[in-house]
Amino acid sequence: MGSRSSHAAVIPNVDSIRRETGFSQASLVRLHHRFRALDRNKKGYLSRMDLQQIGALAVNPLGDRIIESFFPNGSQRVDFPGFVRVLAHFRPVEDEDTDQDPKKPEPLNSRRNKLHYAFQLYDLDRDGKISRHEMLQVLRLMVGVQVTEEQLENIADRTVQEADEDGDGAVSFLEFTKSLEKMDVEQKMSIRILK
Amino acid sequence: MEGAELAGKILSTWLTLVLGFILLPSVFGVSLGISEIYMKILVKTLEWATIRIEKGAPKESTLKNSASVGIIQRDESPMEKGLSGLRGRDFELSDVFYFSKKGLEAIVEDEVTQRFSSEELVSWNLLTRTNVNFHYISLRLTMVWVLGVIVRYCVLLPLRVTLAFIGISLLVIGTTLVGQLPDSSLKNWLSELVHLTCCRICVRALSGTIHYHNKQYRPQKGGICVANHTSPIDVLILTTDGCYAMVGQVHGGLMGIIQRAMVKACPHVWFERSEMKDRHLVTKRLKEHIADKKKLPILIFPEGTCINNTSVMMFKKGSFEIGGTIHPVAIKYNPQFGDAFWNSSKYNMVSYLLRMMTSWAIVCDVWYMPPMTREEGEDAVQFANRVKSAIAIQGGLTELPWDGGLKRAKVKDTFKEEQQKNYSKMIVGNGSLN
Repeated sequence: MGSRSSHAAVIPNVDSIRRETGFSQASLVRLHHRFRALDRNKKGYLSRMDLQQIGALAVNPLGDRIIESFFPNGSQRVDFPGFVRVLAHFRPVEDEDTDQDPKKPEPLNSRRNKLHYAFQLYDLDRDGKISRHEMLQVLRLMVGVQVTEEQLENIADRTVQEADEDGDGAVSFLEFTKSLEKMDVEQKMSIRILK
Repeated sequence: MEGAELAGKILSTWLTLVLGFILLPSVFGVSLGISEIYMKILVKTLEWATIRIEKGAPKESTLKNSASVGIIQRDESPMEKGLSGLRGRDFELSDVFYFSKKGLEAIVEDEVTQRFSSEELVSWNLLTRTNVNFHYISLRLTMVWVLGVIVRYCVLLPLRVTLAFIGISLLVIGTTLVGQLPDSSLKNWLSELVHLTCCRICVRALSGTIHYHNKQYRPQKGGICVANHTSPIDVLILTTDGCYAMVGQVHGGLMGIIQRAMVKACPHVWFERSEMKDRHLVTKRLKEHIADKKKLPILIFPEGTCINNTSVMMFKKGSFEIGGTIHPVAIKYNPQFGDAFWNSSKYNMVSYLLRMMTSWAIVCDVWYMPPMTREEGEDAVQFANRVKSAIAIQGGLTELPWDGGLKRAKVKDTFKEEQQKNYSKMIVGNGSLN
């Protein structure tokens, strides 16, 4: 008893996860702790239901969309690397990230990838564009039954028109990025894990 | 058959010792001081262990107690500020940022989920089950741990199981016997005696050390006693110091036998499962019970489920609609000696009891509080919250507005609607739209 070594060894493939996500060892240990706490039946992976049990997430108007973002490609389970991969989008941008070797793939928490995460919350069918219909759907999620269909359609139309540059009636990722170029994305989409 | 004779002799000596040192004093409510000596030794050992761990542990690798300190930096500003106060109040593509950030913050850390698992300790208490964050320190510490295992499993466990067995059997037999008597003050006195004795025996079966504070506020007849809920042992702890009428569902098996026996000696309020759904019936029966001033105070746990003793969750308003005087009681366990929280999704009753009996001890504080009644113009929910705050403050627990039912069920949609309402007000404004 007592000869349990440091916790990072309990996490499988911890080094490759660290390289991919940029999280520190300590952060990964905390996130692994949290992953195990959410995994109620000790299955080793999380299902949609495990995430739906989180009260504060269930009352979030975009809760279901956020849960979906953990299960890409129709999968029903998310393991720890998948869990951390999504969370990595919200890692604060640090100095060491900005002077990256151009040959390496872009870090998950780059401005572009953060914007892409937000874009995917809108773009359900993953066709690379936010159609007016998809815009309406997200709006409806955020307002519930409080706003009439007509008002919502006005808002959706206006938003698509403002962002749409090539006039195809939908917002592509480029147009999305352009319309938000003044926004401090790095700060708004960052969650800092305390040491 | 020398082996059998020897075994018989050992058993009888053992039983006589148990009888003399534990059972008889329980009847008279007297303590021989054995538990106090045990506790002193235990405290010294744990202090020594803590010092060794602190000396041995390198500063970086120990994980701080994350239950009280958040692990992420929170921005608790309200929705309006979070959605960027600079621009006008219209919908923007970036509004999703706020909600997605809040959502992911909840995934990384939320106030509620952590309450349904045992509290993390700041320093190890030499039990295997709490050794989540601690590393190997030294040979001596390991030796002490091994000694601890032997003591707990080979010495304490058989003793405790014996006591528990005797305690429960005495309870069933005693209450059945007393139940045969006609109603009289003698019956009540005897029933109290039986209840108290058996509860004391059961508490010793867990090596329980309980400190009662403010005994002058002990719940009176015709009142309702309300407490925070951590485990089924709460009932045992409270009934050791006074008799209560219990409220609950009729169970099968061992619990059912105990329930049926107890109700013969003094009136408890047991409901069939189907009756529990009918709230009016429940309220009616409880009202009738407290109207009779000769009946014992009712014991209710308004949270409805076991919480891990770091916080108090929403009190269900049903208990506060009955009327009558509410006597709040705060119960706080000391996790250093043994974790009393019953995680019913992880452990069933039997494994839970075994865990209890192989801990060092159950140490807790019970604070009786001055009685409270519903004030003019206060509805049941506000009253419930008032009582909840009082209990949380007294016990040093955090207060949470969430429903303990979140342990099993999803949260109600009404909470989501509130967020949606707030957001809608912002983008639609007062009817004017861009």
